[in-house]
Amino acid sequence: MGLQLLLEHINKPEIETIDGYIKHGGYRTLDKVLGKMSPDEVTEEVKTAGLRGRGGAGFPTGLKWTFLDKSTDKPRYLLCNADESEPGTFKDRLIMQKIPHLLIEGMILSSYALGCRTSYIYIRGEYMFILRILEKAIKEAYAKGFLGENIKGSGYSLDLYVHPGAGAYICGEETALIESLEGKRGNPRIKPPFPAVSGLWGCPTIVNNVESICTVVPIVNMSGAEYAKIGIGRSTGTKLISASGNINKPGVYEIELGLPVEEFIYSDEYCGGIKGGLELKACVPGGSSVPILPKHLLLKESNGNPRLMTYESLSEGGFETGSMLGSGGFIVYDEKQCIVKNTWTFARFYHHESCGQCSPCREGTIWLDKVLYNIEHGLGKESDIDLLWDIQHGIEGNTICPLGDAAAWPVAAAIRHFRHEFEYHVRYPHRVKDEDHVYQPEMNYRTA
Amino acid sequence: MKVTIDDISIEVPPGTTILEAARMIGENVPPTMCYYSKLEGSGGKCRSCLVQVTKGSEKDPRPMPKLVASCRTTVMDGMEVRNTTSPDVISARKSVTEFLLINHPIDCPICDQAGECDLQDLSYEHGLSKSRYDFKKRVFEKIDIGDYIQMHMTRCIMCYRCVMVADQLTPERVHGVLNRGEAAEISTYIKKAIDNEFSGNMIDVCPVGALTDKTFRFKSRVWFTKPVYAHRDCKTCSGKVTLWYQGAEVLRVTGRKDRWHEVEEFICNDCRFHKKDTADWVIESAAPVSRHSVISQNHNVYEVPVVRKKLQENNKPE
Amino acid sequence: MDVHFSQEALKEINRIIAQYPKERKNSALLPVLHVVQKETEGWLSPETMDKVASILEIKPIEVYEVVTFYTMYFTKPVGKYVIEVCQTGPCMICGSDHIIKYLEDKLGIKVGETTPDNIFTLRAVECLGACGYAPMLQIGEQYYEHLTEEKLDQIIHELGSKHSDKY
Repeated sequence: MGLQLLLEHINKPEIETIDGYIKHGGYRTLDKVLGKMSPDEVTEEVKTAGLRGRGGAGFPTGLKWTFLDKSTDKPRYLLCNADESEPGTFKDRLIMQKIPHLLIEGMILSSYALGCRTSYIYIRGEYMFILRILEKAIKEAYAKGFLGENIKGSGYSLDLYVHPGAGAYICGEETALIESLEGKRGNPRIKPPFPAVSGLWGCPTIVNNVESICTVVPIVNMSGAEYAKIGIGRSTGTKLISASGNINKPGVYEIELGLPVEEFIYSDEYCGGIKGGLELKACVPGGSSVPILPKHLLLKESNGNPRLMTYESLSEGGFETGSMLGSGGFIVYDEKQCIVKNTWTFARFYHHESCGQCSPCREGTIWLDKVLYNIEHGLGKESDIDLLWDIQHGIEGNTICPLGDAAAWPVAAAIRHFRHEFEYHVRYPHRVKDEDHVYQPEMNYRTA
Repeated sequence: MKVTIDDISIEVPPGTTILEAARMIGENVPPTMCYYSKLEGSGGKCRSCLVQVTKGSEKDPRPMPKLVASCRTTVMDGMEVRNTTSPDVISARKSVTEFLLINHPIDCPICDQAGECDLQDLSYEHGLSKSRYDFKKRVFEKIDIGDYIQMHMTRCIMCYRCVMVADQLTPERVHGVLNRGEAAEISTYIKKAIDNEFSGNMIDVCPVGALTDKTFRFKSRVWFTKPVYAHRDCKTCSGKVTLWYQGAEVLRVTGRKDRWHEVEEFICNDCRFHKKDTADWVIESAAPVSRHSVISQNHNVYEVPVVRKKLQENNKPE
Repeated sequence: MDVHFSQEALKEINRIIAQYPKERKNSALLPVLHVVQKETEGWLSPETMDKVASILEIKPIEVYEVVTFYTMYFTKPVGKYVIEVCQTGPCMICGSDHIIKYLEDKLGIKVGETTPDNIFTLRAVECLGACGYAPMLQIGEQYYEHLTEEKLDQIIHELGSKHSDKY
């Protein structure tokens, strides 16, 4: 096992209880920070650490914190984004389920750094069983005096609540999350203003991913400068990778950024190679939104160097030959998998999850879904492949929020790297035909 | 603040949006399907007004990475914007138009909005001549929202303007946007009439034929009717309206619309639906019609020819 | 029709409302709807939604808008157990199609339908965040992962036999 900063104690007995957590060094950062360090000093540590947002965009967390508008006397809010819904990603769930106090500790530190009196954890509605775990842990933390008024006599007070969503991928977008927390439809807001200036209830707000907030704990423990030594270049620290698909050992792994992709897939310490001794065909390295890469581009950069698990290396070559680290949802495909079918399920996903506010996404995602359905089911035409390209081009960059891009990229990448599979589908439809010939939108929308 | 749009510069007050600046210039104005200057919070949704910012400002000259919605982006001093001179903008607008049309019924021959429809204008300028969408178009269950307003959900482009009218002009909103994604629809959910003094303004703000005047339904085509400015003493609204005549008969009453197809003032339902007699009104003058509008067919076209005539007279070779 | 909630539910609703600033009561809408839906046989009728609107002091249409936006609220009656099978990419490549087909055959219903005895509703849903443990399904608050035919038989038996000998 490599360096474990977040998951070190994950399998220890009773780590989910506050006593078990404290036994393994939990909550000691409170003594180090509250009343001893100024909020700005904490922010500075996070900046020095070079922590980049773990939710997908990879924006430097410390820098984001400095954008918080401190000029008003309005309350400020920290929202933890636990609306983990990106296909291929299930890392935050593991932390919250197994080691909920790590998140609570991170929330206390981050809220302190930002000067928040109240913070919320927005968790996806389907994770209701995790909400119960978190609420129980929060209760324990209140009982120990780690939350509530005057925490450990430091004069700092914080209330922490969990707010469930109700089934909407779009609420992982920060402004949609805010709308949803305000009890409205999850329609992303038009920016500017950015949440750091006007977010929850019009107050300055910071939204951070679960993993980013948890990472603040080891950063404070070991100091930002020490943390920055881990990893390579601007990709510092460790990252949770959710590995799924046709591999021997699917699951969540904490890796030191900079690990070669090849090692991650084939080493027994991580994915353990392809299931059933099959060949690796392709991989989506950062959650369904990021471009899929065929084997030869996945393992090597365009200059022949091995590709590494870092923000920079995975995106090397732009979308022509690269992809993104994204949220770390690592989906592996063996040689038997059909890229067309996979692309169709992703298109269906984005069609299902589009909020419907702006026209390119509302109309474009269903169009992609329908055309891909046709191709997959042997009803496609040769011209459909170019049509798909035009549709995704019309969506990309023209929407209110990044969901449009997320819907467009997988389609673009699949056509770019696997055009021959699409051509095969439209040229030999009888070989791929299904018994089902009619497109049925009811099949996947509001079925009950 | 100075902003340059398609090489034409103008000084504007701080807080002006790119779209408003373009309207001040008066040429090459990006099309708007959802933005409505009189409705707070409108805009940003249809994406037809996207423009390219090639220079952010004097202070920070970096271009913006993506196209931006001109209706919701405020200008910075020294900003440079490309609208019709940018191939990216034209291509994006073409895509947006195509997206808006794939599920639109294009039933213009039986639509009362035809002739004053923003989507018609948009597709005339940016649309393809042939649809590439060969699937069944979206349909909705029909709902009845009362005796005055006819609703055709299939024509709706989800601009949210009617929802904002209900929020901002009426005491209690009873309709809204239901469902999500492409299944999103304007509805009251439970069968309910939208009934209040200002509900008729939803018709005026609707950019397409999704909400039309039931009292005018199938009576005529807008280009056969003649718009005339008139006013009356009204206790609830300003009473300033446009009457649409066919012969001596008032077929329809609407708010007065400006060059950008926005009403100058919202009017009440009493003026709109119940005062269809010339005797109710004080007639002012013929309403101006823009030359490119289909309504200008068969009519005197005001303003512009007058200016042109003067120009011609001035330029007469001596 | 009058809608009544149990004392425990009202207590829970008040606890939730207290998590938000006083003048932001409406923020409690999503969690309150979760509580209420459990009270009212797993779905939300217009009367129930109107009642929620009056508790949170918002317009009924605001509740309808929210309920129809999120996939976890049902506006029509559903079976006692709603089986939601994930069908997105990672689950698909691990065989979710087969799981759905197997359940359809076993229960004698199609996706989106409810068994005639109102015990099971079958839905195909999008990513539930268990990609590494695929294929998977959710019933109520419980996740069932690494599914096999035997496991499905067992789940259906365990839940169904409480209500009917058929399972």
